[in-house]
Amino acid sequence: MSIDEDGPFTVGAPLPLAHAPRGVGHLRGDRPFPQAAREALGDTQLRRNIGNATRTIRAKRAAVVDEVDDWEALRDAGAALKANTMARLPELLEQLEDRVTASGGVVHWARDAHEANRIVTDLVRATGEREVVKVKSMATQEIGLNDALADAGIAAWETDLAELIVQLADDLPSHILVPAIHRNRAEIREIFLREMAGVDPALTDEPRQLAMAARTHLRRRFLAAKVGVSGANFAVAETGTLSVVESEGNGRMCLTLPDTLITVMGIEKLVPTWQDLEVFLQLLPRSATGERMNPYTSFWTGVHEGDGPRAFHLVLLDNGRTATLADEVGRPALHCIRCSACLNVCPVYERTGGHAYGSVYPGPIGAVLSPQMTGVEDNASLPFASSLCGACEDACPVKIPIPEILVHLRARHVEEQAAHRRLPTGEAAAMATAAWVMSDPRRFAAAQRAVGAGRLLARDRGGRRSIRTAPWPLSAWTTSRDAPSPPTETFRQWWDRTRGEDRS
Amino acid sequence: MSARDDVLARVRSALGRDPAVPEVPRGYRGADDDTDDRSTRLDQLVDRLEDYRATVLRVDADGIADAVARGLDGAEAVVVPPGLPDAWLPVGPRIIRDDGLDADALDQLDAVVTGATVAVAATGTIVLDGAPDQGRRAITLVPDLHVCVVLADQVVATVPEALATLDATRPQTWISGPSATSDIELDRVEGVHGPRTLVVVLVEGQT
Repeated sequence: MSIDEDGPFTVGAPLPLAHAPRGVGHLRGDRPFPQAAREALGDTQLRRNIGNATRTIRAKRAAVVDEVDDWEALRDAGAALKANTMARLPELLEQLEDRVTASGGVVHWARDAHEANRIVTDLVRATGEREVVKVKSMATQEIGLNDALADAGIAAWETDLAELIVQLADDLPSHILVPAIHRNRAEIREIFLREMAGVDPALTDEPRQLAMAARTHLRRRFLAAKVGVSGANFAVAETGTLSVVESEGNGRMCLTLPDTLITVMGIEKLVPTWQDLEVFLQLLPRSATGERMNPYTSFWTGVHEGDGPRAFHLVLLDNGRTATLADEVGRPALHCIRCSACLNVCPVYERTGGHAYGSVYPGPIGAVLSPQMTGVEDNASLPFASSLCGACEDACPVKIPIPEILVHLRARHVEEQAAHRRLPTGEAAAMATAAWVMSDPRRFAAAQRAVGAGRLLARDRGGRRSIRTAPWPLSAWTTSRDAPSPPTETFRQWWDRTRGEDRS
Repeated sequence: MSARDDVLARVRSALGRDPAVPEVPRGYRGADDDTDDRSTRLDQLVDRLEDYRATVLRVDADGIADAVARGLDGAEAVVVPPGLPDAWLPVGPRIIRDDGLDADALDQLDAVVTGATVAVAATGTIVLDGAPDQGRRAITLVPDLHVCVVLADQVVATVPEALATLDATRPQTWISGPSATSDIELDRVEGVHGPRTLVVVLVEGQT
């Protein structure tokens, strides 16, 4: 960086990208998506659970969105506000830090998951406590905070019902909003009976009873807790105000009863002003749970005398977000407000569930966010885990152009591969051959004539002729798809036959 | 370099020299846009609250204490914020003025009665911001029954209007019905943590 007359900070050569580090947190799977998906597809219970759940939320969302006359105007404003925020991120982050500090909070900065975990662990140790209560926070799942705390001998009790289920089952979340969506009531009952201390052995699988069991189990912890750990849905730069949007009340419990509150938040969660929340407070509940407004939203600014925690710490997290910001086409992935509307409309997610993506951010948004945070090559299969149907972009309350970013990331992956391999892949060779054929009209015409031979492979299927099996390498396509039978003549051949020499 | 310097440097580097700062189109209904008349607003608020299965009691200024009594439904020990008007309180239950009761003490109480700062008709939301007649956040969280007195003048039509009236730096709780979860098969269950019963006393006419 250099100092010049435009101001103290100027960009010289761009800094190298700092991706989310390996070996910590949950942003990478252990298998590529196609492998993981194949296994998930075989789990009919999972498919039934997810299918029911997503179908239900889709209907609810559609109903409440329909009610809002200015929905599209809100989406436009939301998209622009987020882009505006990203473009002004440095000064807005500084403003946030200034306001939080002036209100009695302490701001910490974490370059990556390791640093964030260390900061939180040290803060908890400084209180002398050995346990914390947690409000659901995707950011803390992303960095693997619970594991890091456990390594330091600190127990982190999840208090969100779904996160509690996931924790008791020693599982990982499969959806960014409803993390235990892959579990049905019978499975949850079994988990509670097995893992919940003091639970009534006569517990049924009726959702109300299960929720009440969770209430009893957690209430003692809430009332005794000295340290709370949360994420944040929004942070207002103008005032230093933070917000948690929730349904159950566990957020309020963790935010107001303990002496010390530690909030971990991604740097992209900013909004410029208090009034700007008017856009997101309308977009988020309707997109997320299909409600006009969620039961509880809390706002706090630093420390409030006589009301709530006496110590407040805000940990601002990078962990691959600046790497994402550096890609102009991929940057809108940071606009995500974590509503999960895209997951609920995605035909791929509906069939595979979240675990197949290997990251705590699954589904369409995960397919564009996870690879950018980790570096595309560490999540190379995710941009391809899509049919590019575009339902996600239509559902997104802030209009993130997910299909465009997916295609862009696919190209980045192909370029990475080309840069590092001495021999081209089969796909690259096929593309090069196709380019060669299509760059000459006579070669192209010859290829069109040859394609007719494919009709020999076609079989009758329900009154239409299609190719169900083709020899390798085309078999890679036909194992799960039917190709239409080539016509008896191509358009060009028909034109020549019927129009003859008239080529005007 | 500190982590702060590092992160900010990375952000600036990522954005490049002169990042385009888009204008924000504000075509949606804002705080200043014409609102519905008062009776439409009140009816809509009641409709939304009942949709969330909160109980709504509509009264005039003379009927507050009676409505609060009905809402308390026999609760024996009731906590109230230091600034709650005496005139709103019925005879009968033991009334405890909050003076920093700890969580266990709050857990022994049956109910809480508060006022509110603003209510949003479109979403059925009631906002508490720690004013003297609302108190600190813990008292509306731990007891199982919350009776909330909302004056008709406090009701606005939309979320943007509500934000415009509120002080961002006050500790706020926005309540839209009793607590709920849909985490189990998306089956909505009410009353997980937080009060399982919410009663709203909506006061029309002069107070």
